[in-house]
Formats: sequence, C-alpha cells, structure tokens
Amino acid sequence: MIEVKNLKKGFSGKTVIDGVDAKLEPGKCNLIIGSSGSGKTVLMKCLVGLFEPDSGEIFYSGQSFTAMNKEERSILRRQIGMLFQGGALFDSMTVEQNIMFPLDMFTHDSLSDKLNRVNEVLDRVNLKDVNKKFPAEISGGMKKRVGIARAIVLNPKYLFCDEPNSGLDPQTSILIDKLIKEITLEYNITTVVNTHDMNSVMETGDHIIYMYQGVKEWEGSNKEIIFSKNKMLNDFIFASEFLQDAKDMRQLEMRGKIDNDRNMDELLK
Amino acid sequence: MNIFTELGRFILMLKDMFSKPENMKMYWKEFMHQCVEIGIRSLGIVIIISVFMGAVSALQTAYQLVSPLIPLSTIAQIVRDTVILEFSPTLVCIVLAGVVGSKIAGELGNMRVSEQIDALEIMGINTRTYLVLPKILAAMVTIPMLVIISAVLGILGGKLAAVATGIVSSSQFEKGLFQYFKPFNVFFALIKSYSFAFLISSISSFYGYYVSGGALEIGRASTKSVVVSCIMILLMDYVLSALLL
Repeated sequence: MIEVKNLKKGFSGKTVIDGVDAKLEPGKCNLIIGSSGSGKTVLMKCLVGLFEPDSGEIFYSGQSFTAMNKEERSILRRQIGMLFQGGALFDSMTVEQNIMFPLDMFTHDSLSDKLNRVNEVLDRVNLKDVNKKFPAEISGGMKKRVGIARAIVLNPKYLFCDEPNSGLDPQTSILIDKLIKEITLEYNITTVVNTHDMNSVMETGDHIIYMYQGVKEWEGSNKEIIFSKNKMLNDFIFASEFLQDAKDMRQLEMRGKIDNDRNMDELLK
Repeated sequence: MNIFTELGRFILMLKDMFSKPENMKMYWKEFMHQCVEIGIRSLGIVIIISVFMGAVSALQTAYQLVSPLIPLSTIAQIVRDTVILEFSPTLVCIVLAGVVGSKIAGELGNMRVSEQIDALEIMGINTRTYLVLPKILAAMVTIPMLVIISAVLGILGGKLAAVATGIVSSSQFEKGLFQYFKPFNVFFALIKSYSFAFLISSISSFYGYYVSGGALEIGRASTKSVVVSCIMILLMDYVLSALLL
C-alpha cells in the first residue's frame, strides 16, 4: 500500500500540489484524474521520487519514502514498475533487450532463464514475433505493451502508469486498460494510473482521486462517480452532452429503473 | 541560469557519478560500447584530418624556410614538433568536440526528453553513473590513443607531401625527424589529450543530461556543448602551455 500524507510541491513559488492525502491500496487500479495543469503528473512524479516534495510524507508499505537515502530508494525502486506516456523504450535496444534490461541489471539468472521470462511477459501482454524488432519498428499500442512488459518483468509490487491511453485509438485503449486491470488483480499490485481518458475512469477506476488546481477535490470509485454531486468533477468527467446522457442512463440502470440491454434493444427497434 | 549555478550543477553531476555500480558487468558492457562509439567511430575523420594536417604543415614550413643557411631537414623537425605539440592534440580534439561532443549531448538529450533517463531512475539505476561515467572514461581511454595515431599519421603525411613534391628527400626528412627530439613533448601532448578528453565528454554529457523541453532544445544543447567544449579546450591549451612549457 502507498500512503500519502499532506503532500505539497511547488515550482518557483507557485504551489502545484497543495496538501494531498491519499491511500492507494494493492489489487486495485488507483486512478489520478484531472484536467491539464491540475497537478496529477507532479503528484505521480513525487510518488516515484522523480520530484522531491516540499513537505509531507509518502509511505510504501509503511516505510517512509521521503526519509529514505539514495541507496534505500534504489532498493525500493526495484519493486516499482512504470509505464511512461511515450513508452520510454531504449531506442538502441530491441524489444527483447529492452525487457531483459532490468533482469540483466538486477538478477544473476542464466541467459535462458532471462529469455524465458521475457517471452513469458511478452506472452502476458499478448505480443508475438516482436522480440528482435526495434521500438521504431512497432506501433504506439505495441510500444505501450512492451512498456508494460518491461515494467512487470521483475514482478513489481507497485505499478505506475502515466497516461497509458494517450495517442491510442479507442480499441487499443480498451485493450491496454484491460491489460492493466488484469495484471493488477493477477499479481496483487498497487497500481496508480494517471489519466484523463473517461473510458478508463469508468472501466478500471476501483479508486479514483480527482485533482483540481493541486488539491484533492474528490475521491471515490467508478460506481460512486455516477452519483457524485460534485460540480467540478461532473463538469470534468461528463463534459459533453453525450457523456451526460450516458451518465444518466447508467444511473437509471444502476437504480434498476431500466432493465439493461433488453429494454434498450426494444426501444431502439 | 547564471554561470555559477551551471558550474555548481556540473560539479554535482561529476560528484554523483561515483556510486557503486548495480551490476559491474552491465557497466563494463556500456564502457566498451562507448569506447567503440567514441574511439573506433571517430577513427576515419581523425585519419583524414591528420594526414592532410601533416602534409599542409610540411608544405607551408618549406614555403617559409627560404634561407639557404637552414638545412632542409629542419622542415621535418618543425613538422614533428608542431604536429606533436599542437596540431594532433588540439586540432584533433577540437574536431572531436564537434563529432563526439554533439553525439553525446544529442544522445543524452534524446534520452532525457523521451523519458528514458527517468525510466532508468525508476528502475533504481544511478543514471549519472550508468550513462555519464562510461562516456567520460571511454573518452579518456580512446581520445589519447586517437591523438597518438594522429601524430604518427600527421608526420607520415608531412613526409609524404615533402618527398612527393621534391622539397626534401626521404632520408633528409628521416634525419630531421630524429634531430633534437624531446620525449617530453609526447608526454605534454598526452597530458593535453587527457585534459581535452575529459572536457569534451563531461561538458557534452552535462548539456545533454540536463536538457529540458523538446527536439529544439536537444539541438541547442548539442551546439552549446560544442561551443563551450571548444572554448574550454583553447583555454586549457593556453594554461597547460604556460604551466608546462
């Protein structure tokens, strides 16, 4: 579990994160959502130590991350996997070498064991015949999947995903969401996803944190979000008329006022 | 950002480079890869520059030595000393600042912008140790070797040009080559090349490592690293000459 207590971070006198508290639990997809400039990326970068918070504390399974020295952090980071927005794959290495890199660096396994593990995780993210390809030779969706494979190759306890759906078509987006959700449950990982993809919010959001101007404005699940009365959250999530209608339909469905798809099919005839 | 802030960041980067490697084998692999990238891949340009540099030096020396009182073998002496003392270490390193420096800054800049450096940090790898230290060490191993190769080829180029144009005979050139030879000059050239290798690799690593922004900034960082490296090479050249000669 990751626990955040009164986290604050600013740049050049401007507060970007203002006293955020949160509990991110294992086996759940914890989503950080918010409009651009709301501080969600800074919050995630503080969580993984790419930014030092100005004040507040971050605990990984009860251990204070903020109080750790470089070596202790380095050891903890071996339990962290991260999927970056652009994949962040090493250009000069093949897909296989990219995924094998953490194994090469931190394990003393034999080459055949490492290759087996690489093929295992590639299989897990549904990728075949890409081992010898370079990142420039594969599509955006494949890059994300290779990124996920590299992130999980060392069996991490924590998985961070920075906008995993950005730049992807809706179908591939759904596949990536499904994959992240499945991996989270399968390995009981604490997954933290930074997104503004509404489909991800509704489909994978076991625990959602809505950020607004550096402050945690709302917290709940994808079920609770449907009934939320928070205006700012509603304006952000259900921004279009179409999404507003979808929300209303989902509310009616959840209250049992319309009977799933059967009614819909008849009405649509 | 003022010059002192930049200098402070540069010193901190160098200080943070020295940490225990997570896996020595991987660091050795990276070091060898950099030796190939910096040393072997620069060999072609070094060979071309050195041969022509020596040849032009021989022809211009002959052109200026018009007095019949000065023996022709002096041309070889002058070519030898200018090549060893100045042309090979300084000129070759200035060219390498462009070739190697822009490559290092571009590579690290691209890694920074595409979050590859962040990805390594998240894995728990000290990126200064893994990315910067092998480049500096590889430069300090291979650049002095390139300078030695350059000096030999420069002298050979001088001999080739002088003999081919009939300025001196081969035996006269060889005689002059061994007259009043000071081994200290070679030592001085090596001190210069070690210093310049450090400057080229560390300055370009610094500008590449701390790039922020996009493709435009990578280009700017590459240019800045070459300009600063060249200025620092010339400054260091003067300081070393004033102190050691």
